[in-house]
Amino acid sequence: MSEDIAYHEYDVLVIGAGGAGLRAAIEAAEGGLKTAVLGKSLLGKAHTVMAEGGVAAALGNVDPQDGWETHFYDTMRSGHFVSDYRMAEIHAKESPDRVLELEYWGAVFDRTPEGKIMQRPFGAHTFRRLAHVGDRTGKELIRTLEQKLMTLDVDVFQEITATKLFKDQDRVAGCIAYYRDDGRFAVFTAKAVVIATGGWGKAYKVTSNSWESTGDGAALAFRAGAELADMEMVQFHPTGMTWPPGARGILVTEGVRGEGGLLFNSEGERFMEKYDPARKELSSRDVVARGIYKEVKAGRGTPHGGAWLDITHKGAAFIKRKLPGMYEQLLSLADVDITKSHFEVAPTIHYTMGGLRVEAQTGATSVPGLFAAGECAAGLHGANRLGGNSLSDILVFGRRAGAGAMEYAKNAKMPKIDGAEVQAEMQRVLAPLARTEGENPYRLHEELQEIMANHVGIERNGPSLEAGLQKMQELRERTEHMQAKGSRQFNPGWHGVFDVQNMTLLSEAILRGAIARKESRGAQWRTDFPDEMEDQGRVNYVQRLTDHGIEVRPEPVPQMPEELAALFKRGVAPGLANSARKE
Amino acid sequence: MPDEITLSVYRGDKSGGQEVEFKVPMQTGMVVLDALHFIQAHDAPDLAVRWNCKAAHCGSCSAEINGSPKLLCKTRVDDYVGEVIHVRPMHSFPVIKDLVTDVSWNYEKLRQVPAFQPAIKAPFTLQQRDVDRIQEFRNCIECFLCQNICHVLRDHDAKDRYWGPRLMIRIAELEMHPLDTGDRLELLKGAAGVGMCNITKCCTVVCPQGIDITDNGIIPLKERVADVYWDPLGGLVRKLHK
Ligand SMILES: Cc1cc2nc3c(=O)[nH]c(=O)nc-3n(C[C@H](O)[C@H](O)[C@H](O)COP(=O)(O)OP(=O)(O)OC[C@H]3O[C@@H](n4cnc5c(N)ncnc54)[C@H](O)[C@@H]3O)c2cc1C
Ligand code: SF4
Ligand code: SF4
Ligand code: FES
Repeated sequence: MSEDIAYHEYDVLVIGAGGAGLRAAIEAAEGGLKTAVLGKSLLGKAHTVMAEGGVAAALGNVDPQDGWETHFYDTMRSGHFVSDYRMAEIHAKESPDRVLELEYWGAVFDRTPEGKIMQRPFGAHTFRRLAHVGDRTGKELIRTLEQKLMTLDVDVFQEITATKLFKDQDRVAGCIAYYRDDGRFAVFTAKAVVIATGGWGKAYKVTSNSWESTGDGAALAFRAGAELADMEMVQFHPTGMTWPPGARGILVTEGVRGEGGLLFNSEGERFMEKYDPARKELSSRDVVARGIYKEVKAGRGTPHGGAWLDITHKGAAFIKRKLPGMYEQLLSLADVDITKSHFEVAPTIHYTMGGLRVEAQTGATSVPGLFAAGECAAGLHGANRLGGNSLSDILVFGRRAGAGAMEYAKNAKMPKIDGAEVQAEMQRVLAPLARTEGENPYRLHEELQEIMANHVGIERNGPSLEAGLQKMQELRERTEHMQAKGSRQFNPGWHGVFDVQNMTLLSEAILRGAIARKESRGAQWRTDFPDEMEDQGRVNYVQRLTDHGIEVRPEPVPQMPEELAALFKRGVAPGLANSARKE
Repeated sequence: MPDEITLSVYRGDKSGGQEVEFKVPMQTGMVVLDALHFIQAHDAPDLAVRWNCKAAHCGSCSAEINGSPKLLCKTRVDDYVGEVIHVRPMHSFPVIKDLVTDVSWNYEKLRQVPAFQPAIKAPFTLQQRDVDRIQEFRNCIECFLCQNICHVLRDHDAKDRYWGPRLMIRIAELEMHPLDTGDRLELLKGAAGVGMCNITKCCTVVCPQGIDITDNGIIPLKERVADVYWDPLGGLVRKLHK
């Protein structure tokens, strides 16, 4: 094939330009390495930009009793003890520094009366912990990283999609990508590669996620031999919009409940009092989402199948100051003035806790030279993520994966990519454009979403999961024969082909994980195994792609050392126990 | 409400193009981006349009709807009952394909703005009232609709003499940060060309974030430049007090 291919060489190649990818690139570039970062969108528009409520860090600015122990405690408990405790510990200890670093780089957080960074309450956080900027924290975070990155010598490749990772013997060697604007190919050879491509919420129809969230990097790394873990753990956020139809699934930030919003069913009952009398609306997301789901199923749902969320009692001035984005979003999209009226919400797919299995300190995957951080990686969030813990995750582990990749690259020679593999991949990528007939990627995406909604949604059971797996395997077969009409120029239909293939692979892994885990825990709710199994449940289901397909095996979760385990024995959060002792 | 709406969407690339009509079933509360997605899924799978958040947070989906610069995800179809909805790419940037334009010039200029230079290490002590204004500016979603409408860039294509309102806001947020020690006034007066703005306020009108670009950003910047360059003594005093 005579193609005009661009060839590049880097010490560190970061695939993904969300918070995790930018933070990783900053670390590697500040260490003096030749670094590049790739993203499917324009710079600063990655999924991270949408984050609203805040970034969790035990700064103790509002509640001085807060500290890393309590943040660690909250994270492990919400993750139902299948998180990697080492990640949870590093995360709790390092988040405050990462937030302050953003301030030093120019982020302007909301302030306390004393002039410190303001922190708001959020579900299942013992203390007021989320540093925020109104309800647009993700934008502040990504903009600050973007602005910092611009001061460094990093090559940024915008609107480019990686389709395959290459290896040189056992280690990773780089990737091939196509430019979205004109379909040209670029081949990147790199000593170390960081995957920071985010989650795969787009496998579901009702989701808060952007089109980018198709799990590309996790799928590419899986195909290259890296392991996945906890794939069954997919988070429903309790409060997505229900209406109008085009807005279904768009997020209503947890900040609404954090700032005092209350949930009611159609009979005016504050139903969370039933499901979690202590924490009510501010219970963990799995519990609140299930609460709404159960109310709807019992016939106490709102007109569009959800619950009422009401924050009117806080007054218009307060709401407009604390939640300006939500006020505007509901007003312009759904004609609802949330300062005057309650509004409908229902669970929406929001976050993928599972992903690439990584080493806690460095983000190293099981493939030498290949690192991962952010939503595409597993480990920190276990069976249920705490709100605000993702923005801190991407900062803490983005930095660590950047450092891990840098250390690896410093001691490595430039690998070689096999030219024949490049040719073969280009042919594969161009094939859908050459087909005169074939499956329609938009249709297959819809079918995929339908299978996921029907078989591995909020409520699961064995027979339905098995049936879903069967359908998914049939669908995967069909995804090999998609056709894209039009040219290589900015062609969303063509781009969709690869999105669908990646999501199909990961969706199968979700189904397989859900089948393997014969219990209910966090986001995994199985009506045929309704209880959490104290002992045999404390495992992570790890998946590997072999020549015979996907293999699943349980791995016991790492055991906490004595001093950390002791934190859970007092029956109360460490910060509360300490303050009780002092009194 | 009608059952069906008509969109006339620009299809083309740098070699030229024209509007093409599509019929789309009407749904309650539909935004123009929903209609374009329907067209992609049913009629024109290769229709190029940028989007990410579908909630006016990311600034990807800028276009011109019946001649006005708008976000596709925030513009309701029922605002145009009885009309054909014409959707075209932003006028001031080169078309790549259909509704997608080449906005790289904005990123080049953003890279040229000297970054934040804090006087001290974090944590900072900053009062909310002292950061309200810069938070207003940092609410920018980089949709570049203001760059698109500003007549200096749109009608006079003076990109070599004026960096446009988005860049003025970026510079303003740095200049007005209480802890910043950088000095971008020479840049403002020179290459960035704040003097080219003649305060027509068109940028402020189209800003989907409601940022008061002209009154709160550009005019104070013009005053700072004037202070320093026309009143050396005043400029000196200002510098000492910064
Ligand atoms: C509406 C909403 C609100 C949220 N609010 C909060 C909140 O308040 N607090 C919180 O902690 N979390 C929140 N989250 C979650 C959080 O925003 C995300 O989990 C987090 O931003 C993920 O960051 P990331 O860097 O891992 O990936 P992303 O930001 O998803 O970035 C992925 C990057 O990878 C690129 N990429 C993907 N595939 C490829 C490919 N094939 N080739 C090249 N590049 C590729 C993408 O273009 C993108 O640049 C929210 C999420 C949503 C959807
Ligand atoms: S006010 Fe200035 S920047 Fe804004 S549109 Fe008019 S000339 Fe352009
Ligand atoms: S200032 Fe307003 S119009 Fe201009 S880029 Fe920012 S958000 Fe868009
Ligand atoms: S899609 Fe993000 S602003 Fe419209």
